[in-house]
Amino acid sequence: MRTFQRTALLMVAVLLVISVVGCQSTSETQAPAGEKAIVRVLTMDQAAMSVDQMNEVATEFMAANPDITIEMTYVPYEQVHDKFVTGAATTPPAYDVVMTDVVWYDEFIKKGYLTDITDKATQEMKDDIFPTAWNVVTRNGKSYGMPWLLDTKYLFYNTDLLQQAGFTNPPKTWEELLTMAQAMKDQGLVEYPIVWSWAQAEAAICDFTALLYGNGGTFLDESGQPAFNNEQGVAVLEWMKSTIDNGLSNPASAQYLEGDVLNTFAQGKAAFALNWLFMYDVANFDTENSQVTGKVGITNIPVFESIGGNPPSASVDGSSGFSITATSPNVEAAWKYVTFLTSLDTQMKYSSNQLPIWATAYEGENLDTLKAASRSNPVTVPAFADQFQYAVLRPNIAYYQEGSTALQLALQEALTGQKTPQEALDAAAAKWAELAAQ
Amino acid sequence: MKSQLTMRQKDQRLAWFLIAPSLVIILGVTLYPILNTLYLSFFEAPAGINLPKTFVGLENYRGLLTDPTFWATIGRTLYFTIVSVGLELILGLAIAQLIQSHPPGWRFLRVSLIIPWAIPTIVNGAMWRWIYSADFGALNGLLQELGIITRYQVWLVKPASAMNLVILADLWHVLPFAALIFQAALAALPEELDEAAKVDGANAWKRFWYIRLPQLRLAILVVLIVRTVEAFRVFDIVYIITRGGPAFATMTITYLTYLETFAYGKLGTGAALSFLISLFTLLMAVIYIRFLYRPQEQSE
Repeated sequence: MRTFQRTALLMVAVLLVISVVGCQSTSETQAPAGEKAIVRVLTMDQAAMSVDQMNEVATEFMAANPDITIEMTYVPYEQVHDKFVTGAATTPPAYDVVMTDVVWYDEFIKKGYLTDITDKATQEMKDDIFPTAWNVVTRNGKSYGMPWLLDTKYLFYNTDLLQQAGFTNPPKTWEELLTMAQAMKDQGLVEYPIVWSWAQAEAAICDFTALLYGNGGTFLDESGQPAFNNEQGVAVLEWMKSTIDNGLSNPASAQYLEGDVLNTFAQGKAAFALNWLFMYDVANFDTENSQVTGKVGITNIPVFESIGGNPPSASVDGSSGFSITATSPNVEAAWKYVTFLTSLDTQMKYSSNQLPIWATAYEGENLDTLKAASRSNPVTVPAFADQFQYAVLRPNIAYYQEGSTALQLALQEALTGQKTPQEALDAAAAKWAELAAQ
Repeated sequence: MKSQLTMRQKDQRLAWFLIAPSLVIILGVTLYPILNTLYLSFFEAPAGINLPKTFVGLENYRGLLTDPTFWATIGRTLYFTIVSVGLELILGLAIAQLIQSHPPGWRFLRVSLIIPWAIPTIVNGAMWRWIYSADFGALNGLLQELGIITRYQVWLVKPASAMNLVILADLWHVLPFAALIFQAALAALPEELDEAAKVDGANAWKRFWYIRLPQLRLAILVVLIVRTVEAFRVFDIVYIITRGGPAFATMTITYLTYLETFAYGKLGTGAALSFLISLFTLLMAVIYIRFLYRPQEQSE
C-alpha cells in the first residue's frame, strides 16, 4: 500500500513538473514555417477609423495574405495602455501590434516594448509621409512604429443655434465664444451651450492643452521644469471653472469623455464642443445617431484675447502610430499588416474619420480623389490643413502616465471646488518635478 | 484496538493521497503567488522587457505608509466597507425577517431577490452608470417626476455624493446575498424558544433581539467576513461607474493598486500594496472570529 502511494504521488509530481515545463517550452517556440502566422492587434474603438472600417482592412489584408491571420481586439482608448502593458509581460506577448498614442512612445521605448523599424521603412515611406507624422513614432533618430493617425481637436459648432442667436461667423476668441454662449443661454436656445471632455482622464488633458497654449501657457519651461502652474495656466483653469459655475459649460463635462461630448452635441444639447475629427462624419451625416445632421460646423479652436492672435489658434496633437511588440514571434507578418494599414491606398480609402499621413495624398490628382473619397472629406480636408498646423504636442516624457494622472486630479479638484486652481496646479507641478527627478 | 488504529491511519493516508493533487494545485495558485508577491514587494521592479529589478528592502512599504494618498485611500476604502457592510447587515436582517414572517407573495419576493445578485458586477455597474446619467438617467427622471428636483443633476461629479452612489449601486447588487443567508438561518431556528417567549409575554421586537439574533451569530459571522473582505477589495464597480473620480473621491485601495501596477508600471509598489491588502483582510477576519465565533455553539 505504502509503496503504491509513494509511486502514485511521485507520478503525480512528475506529471505536474512536465506539464509546467511543457507549457513553457511550447510558449517560447516560434511559429514554424509554412504554418499560418497569427498577428494579434490591440487598438481603440474611439476616435479615428471605426471598428467596421478596421475590420474591413483586416479582411482585405487576409485576402491578400492567406498565410497570415489577423485577430483584432478593440477596447476603449482609456484601456489600451494598461491592457498592452499587462499583455506584454508574457512570452509571447498577448498582442503583436498595438495602437500607440504619441504620449506613450517615450515610456514604451524606455521599457523596451517596441520593435525598432527604422531599417524596415522604405525610402518612399520616409520621403512621402509628413515629417510631423514620423515625429510621432521617432525618438533619437530611431522609429518605433509606423505613423498611422494625424489628429487634432477642432471647434465644432451648431450652425442652426448660432444663426438663431443672431451670429453669422464662428468665434475666433474664447471671449467671443462666451458672449455667443451667453446670448444663446439668455434666449433659452440651449441650457448649457458648451460641452467638454473633462472627466478624470487623458481627454481632459487634451482640452486643457488647447486652452493652455491658447493663453500663452506651456507645460514645461525651457529647463524642462513644469510651468503649467504659472499665471497663464492658473488663469485657464479659473476660466474653466467659471464657465461651469455660470452655467455656460455643461456641468456634466467633468465626467465626460469624447464619446459623451459627441452624444450631447449630436442630441442638439450643445452649441459648441471640442472633439477629434471623427465627430464630423457622425454628427453631420449619421441620421441614426445624430439629430443635428446638416447643421454641424467645424473650425479652428479659438484662443484668448490676451495673446493678441499670435498664434491665431491652439489645439492639441492627438496623433498615434501602430507599433510592433519587441517580443512578438511574428514581427515580419506584423510589419506586413502595419504597412498595409498605413499605406497610401488604405488611408485614402478609409478617410472619412481620419485623414492620410501621406503628404502625397494632398498633392495633384490625389487631392481631388481624397476630397471625393467620403461625404465628410470636402469639409474635413481643408479644416485639417487649417487646424493641424496649430496642434501642440503634449510633453515627451517617460513619466507621462503618472504625470498626466496628477494633472487630471488637479483639474478635477479645481473643477469640483476642493482646491483653488492655484493650489491644485501647484500640487501637480510638484508631483511632476518629483517624477522628473526619479 | 491496535488494528483499528492502523485502519484509521490507513484511511488518513488514503485521504491525504486523494487530496494531494488538488492540494498541490491549490498551493500552486495561492501560496506561490502570495510568496512571489511578497518577494517582489522588496524590489523596485519597473514593468518592461528585460528591465533589471533593484532590491530596496522595505522602501516600498515605507514609501506607501508615509504617503498621504495611501492613507486617504485607506480611509475611503474603510468608509465604503463600513457603510456598505453595515447597511447590508441591517437591511439584510430586515428583509430576511420580512420573508420569514411569510407575508402574501413571500415566495415571489424570495425568488426575485436573487435577480440582482445573479447580474454580473460589470453589468450592474454599467446599468447604474446609466441610471445616474446626467442627461438621460432614470434617477433624474424619477426624482423630477416626484418633484424632488426641478432640473437634472450631475450626480457623479460631486465628490461628496459620488462615493455614496457607488455604495448604493454595490448594495443593490450584494444585499440579496446577506438577506438569503439570514433567511436560511432564521428558517432553521427552532420555533419552541420563540413560542415560549411569546407565552411569557415578550413582544416581537424583544423576541427578535434577545432570542433570534443571538442564534444568528454564525450567519452574521459568515456574512461579515465574506462581505468585509469583498467590500475592502472593491474594484470593478468603481472602475465602471467613476474610474476613481471625481478628483479621486472614489479611489479605493485596489484601484490605487491597479494604477500603480498597470498604469504606472511600478510592480514593486503594486506588490507591496497587494500584500498590505491581504494582511488587512486577514486581520479583519481574525478580529471577527475572535469576537463572534464561540466553539461551544457547534457542540450544542
